[in-house]
Amino acid sequence: MDSVISESAVSGPAERKPLSSSAENGLKIVVVGGFGVGKTTLVRSVSDIRPLNTEETMTQAGQGIDDLSSVRQKTSTTVAFDFGRISLNEQTVLYLFGAPGQQRFWFLWDRLFQGTLGAVVLVDTRRLDESWYAIDRLEHHGTPFIVARNDFGADSYSADQIREALDLDPDVPIVACDARSRESSKQVLIALVEHLHHLSTARERTP
Amino acid sequence: MSAARPGRDDDPDRLYTVTGGRSRAHNDSFDLVTLIVSECEPTAGMQSEQAAILRMCRLPTAVVEVASDLRLPVSIVKILLSDLLDTGRITARHPQTMRGPAARRGEVPAARLPDPTILEQVLVGLRNL
Ligand SMILES: Nc1nc2c(ncn2[C@@H]2O[C@H](COP(=O)(O)OP(=O)(O)O)[C@@H](O)[C@H]2O)c(=O)[nH]1
Repeated sequence: MDSVISESAVSGPAERKPLSSSAENGLKIVVVGGFGVGKTTLVRSVSDIRPLNTEETMTQAGQGIDDLSSVRQKTSTTVAFDFGRISLNEQTVLYLFGAPGQQRFWFLWDRLFQGTLGAVVLVDTRRLDESWYAIDRLEHHGTPFIVARNDFGADSYSADQIREALDLDPDVPIVACDARSRESSKQVLIALVEHLHHLSTARERTP
Repeated sequence: MSAARPGRDDDPDRLYTVTGGRSRAHNDSFDLVTLIVSECEPTAGMQSEQAAILRMCRLPTAVVEVASDLRLPVSIVKILLSDLLDTGRITARHPQTMRGPAARRGEVPAARLPDPTILEQVLVGLRNL
């Protein structure tokens, strides 16, 4: 068959530390939020590797590309997303996806959310309304999440004010974060997984 | 068949060429984070993308990393992987978020909440970062 890409186009993996041969379980967490809210910064702060970028192509009907003729007619949409990776132990690898929060990308999220452990909704308190749609989708999809307020300096809102503005359930944690800090970003992930653990064990206690 | 431009682009003809005109993986089991492992070395005359996949997956590599390295959309990569899996040239390690008795009995969990023991492992790993 014809070769359609040159060797040089696939040189990526050489520069990246490979996973251990015993790696067997890939897990996902999605970071969602409006443009410029710090998603890529957060992923970069905690990732073992320099964040990578890839793309998904969807027809406008949002069906996946199950009709290549529509791709050929350029009626499809391509959306790029960033991701990073954390090796948690010899078997388990956590992938972090930064997903754009705009409404027109809903099809991408539905894919990303499938099988994901949970989500971090990253918000800038100066533009809280930009996260409304993402929160709606997460609630609708039943994906558990926490809200992380990325501190851009001018932050004078209380957690209660944020909860009210976002119309959040009382049990959804709100944490502060500086996405540029590895430690702070790590604490955001820990807060999410503790929340998931709480939900998951609460479920077991109530049959 | 027209020559396709190299590198990242959305040239539909390139996508069409890579997949031999097919549009969807008949094996739809690949998650973005399914880990792919090569079971053989590339052979002469093999399609270059598939050969590249076999080289990059000598150690486990997630579907989404393969897509990023090949600079192809995820859906196209799934078609290529599906062919390799069918012919035994790769194996796929699928994500496991549910364990325990319910998962073993094949019951659908009430919601998508992962197993607490898996979450505990994740917490240990994160705290050790
Ligand atoms: N002050 C401050 N700036 C940040 C923080 N996180 C990200 N930034 C900056 O905000 C800009 C947008 O961040 P980016 O991660 O690209 O946003 P994305 O579009 O959500 O991926 C960058 O210039 C970052 O350096 C933060 O916690 N505090």
